[in-house]
Amino acid sequence: MTVETPKEKWSGQVREVTIGATAEDGGTRSQTLTIGGESTLPFLHFEGNVPHRTALAIEIRDRKPDDWSPLLLEAWGEAMESPAAWAKAAEEAGADLIYLKLSLKTADGEENTPENARRVVREVLDATGLPLAVGGPGQAEIDNELLVPVAEEAQGERILLGICEEGNYRTIVATAMANDHLVQSKTPMDVNLSKQLVILISDMGMPLERIVMDPTTGALGYGIEYGYSVMERLRLAALQGDSMTQQPMLVNPGEEAWKVKESKIGEGVPESWGDWHNRALEWEALTASTLIESGADMLILRHPDTLKRVKAMIDALLDSAA
Amino acid sequence: MALSGLEIYKLLPQTNCKDCGYPTCLAFAMKLAAKQAALKDCPHISDEAAEKLETASAPPIHLVELHGEDGKVEVGNETVMYRHEKTFYHRPGIFLRVRDDEDLDALKVRVAEADAYSVDYVGIDLYLDGFAVEATSGNADNFKKTVAAVIAGSKKPLILIAPEPDLAKAGLEAAEGSRPLLYAANAENWEAMADIAKNADVPLAVHAENLDDMVDLTKKLQDKGLEDLVLDPAAGGYLQSLHTFTTLRRLAVKSNFRPLGFPIISFPGAQDGADESLLTAQHIAKYGGLIVIEKFEPAVLYPLLVLRQNIYTDPQKPIQVKPGIYEINNPTEDSPLMVTTNFSITYFSIANEIEGTGRPGWLLVTDAEGMSVLTAWAAGKFDAERIAKDAKAFGAEDKVSHKKIILPGHVSVLSGELEEELPGWEIMVGPREAVDIGSYLKAMWQE
Repeated sequence: MTVETPKEKWSGQVREVTIGATAEDGGTRSQTLTIGGESTLPFLHFEGNVPHRTALAIEIRDRKPDDWSPLLLEAWGEAMESPAAWAKAAEEAGADLIYLKLSLKTADGEENTPENARRVVREVLDATGLPLAVGGPGQAEIDNELLVPVAEEAQGERILLGICEEGNYRTIVATAMANDHLVQSKTPMDVNLSKQLVILISDMGMPLERIVMDPTTGALGYGIEYGYSVMERLRLAALQGDSMTQQPMLVNPGEEAWKVKESKIGEGVPESWGDWHNRALEWEALTASTLIESGADMLILRHPDTLKRVKAMIDALLDSAA
Repeated sequence: MALSGLEIYKLLPQTNCKDCGYPTCLAFAMKLAAKQAALKDCPHISDEAAEKLETASAPPIHLVELHGEDGKVEVGNETVMYRHEKTFYHRPGIFLRVRDDEDLDALKVRVAEADAYSVDYVGIDLYLDGFAVEATSGNADNFKKTVAAVIAGSKKPLILIAPEPDLAKAGLEAAEGSRPLLYAANAENWEAMADIAKNADVPLAVHAENLDDMVDLTKKLQDKGLEDLVLDPAAGGYLQSLHTFTTLRRLAVKSNFRPLGFPIISFPGAQDGADESLLTAQHIAKYGGLIVIEKFEPAVLYPLLVLRQNIYTDPQKPIQVKPGIYEINNPTEDSPLMVTTNFSITYFSIANEIEGTGRPGWLLVTDAEGMSVLTAWAAGKFDAERIAKDAKAFGAEDKVSHKKIILPGHVSVLSGELEEELPGWEIMVGPREAVDIGSYLKAMWQE
């Protein structure tokens, strides 16, 4: 007897979004990055197209962070002393994109400045040919103060500018539009809020081809099931033709996974948690791989070894002969 | 897949004879659909229709149960493709593979260690489900001895990997008194394996290289009277198993295709160069049933068990944290006492935030039936009375000497009532969002 594989007929597909611009398009990147475009659920090649790889970004900072796990400090070593070196190391590790997050304070405890943000973005752009994303420290006023000059400095490079949230998106969207960039639209694990912010941003005149949707996730053990299901629901809605859910999805398992006790702390934890180093890496890799199953188009990671493992998984999921 | 009232009606005699006690056949059909009446109440139904109705009411994926001397694993009975549609019901069983050509003493140590493994996750005890014992040596006595040794070290359920009839018999003899899964029938051995499984009344795994062959086999086995089957579609790596498992789940729950309506067994670490934990994670999220792993390593097993717990959480019933007073960063009697609800995400975000500040603190987690602060407040599950009751019950007075308690900013309206409920206490109002706890404590709390 011949068993037929049941196939769904989807009417919609995910939008394609391209980050970065080469000389041809008025930028200086050596390559661009296109994500999205799927016309089926993750990697179900038998019923639709998955035209682009799931992209992996490495998060770097404008200075060596004070609160990162020693395991991460060990992994990047000297490179963390300069954003340019860090970006280069991330490129060598195989990143598809550099996600530069600006700090609230400088190493001396002073407030970060527009001049400093500009300088760091320039250094990173000069150090690597990869497309770039830049996120603010996460406080509305300072974000706007830093991101506007960043957008100007990187004019024409089609960087991804973050983070637009419901309470603070206008300034970032305006400067992204003025300088030909893209935006990251982030909402707290809710299908309708995701959709709504995309609508608000596009109402300002931002083309949908320049919005990446960040539905937010929790780490493994810390709410990942909420993020997972919200992403599955968004992707199903997109495939069913709901236009405002058709943005490619970006999530940040690196940040989430490295903030939990399991990866941060090596001592004074239950013996059943096992070896700290292995556990921490599992935490990031499992958080990331699970979100790939639920539809992530781009993931931000922190550890180079996680990048390698997750990349191998994506290779296998794309290779129809595997 | 359940039939609608109208679909059932079409299978009834449609004579409105009232012998069932209902005025019309349609009324009876509606009651059947709502599971408020039994088919046997209709004395006139044809055998053919009765069979159709019974098949239709069976779950799309057959439930298979394994027993150890102590403890059991149930897999199957799933009804949806995505957890948000309803929930995933039966967590995949995770089994550790051991082989009968290993050194017996080393094997005993490994079994004892894996058997004793347990880890606490938000008050839930997580552990390995059992062992898959493989007859690698090809020697029946050897296999029997090994199965006996595993049983001596663990009362958990077993999978017996013994694809030769005499090995299978030997293994089952050693495992008498439990209900292991026998692995596996294939195109060559199926008749003998079917007889053995049937005699021992144990579930049987079916191995086939493609789904067409799989259907041929399951049909033959069902004709022999075997109902408890488990499928091994030999799925290999990420892509093939994603496609095959998705196909199987769709065939079962969307097409109601009976011949493949059984749980799946997989071996994510069996291939050379496999990333066992990432592939196991995929099988947990995407439709695995019984998962046999090669490595026992707590640093890997713990996150996998947590992932399984997360994916199989009922989306309607969020994970709750045990109510109580939690210590963060080794607090003393001078440290601040903050209060929140027992919704796990609320608890985690607050606890992580306090932990991140590096400042010591006490966190009173009240029993708000797993709701977040605002939801619980709106539902009357997080009010002054509840907070005061839990503060007393968990001994807040003995933990801190300052008699100050910090409320979430969103429920500042409760401070008046809480003053009445907790005489002598000072009620402070904290920030509305967890992310502001650091700056709040810096400004408002001097030790």
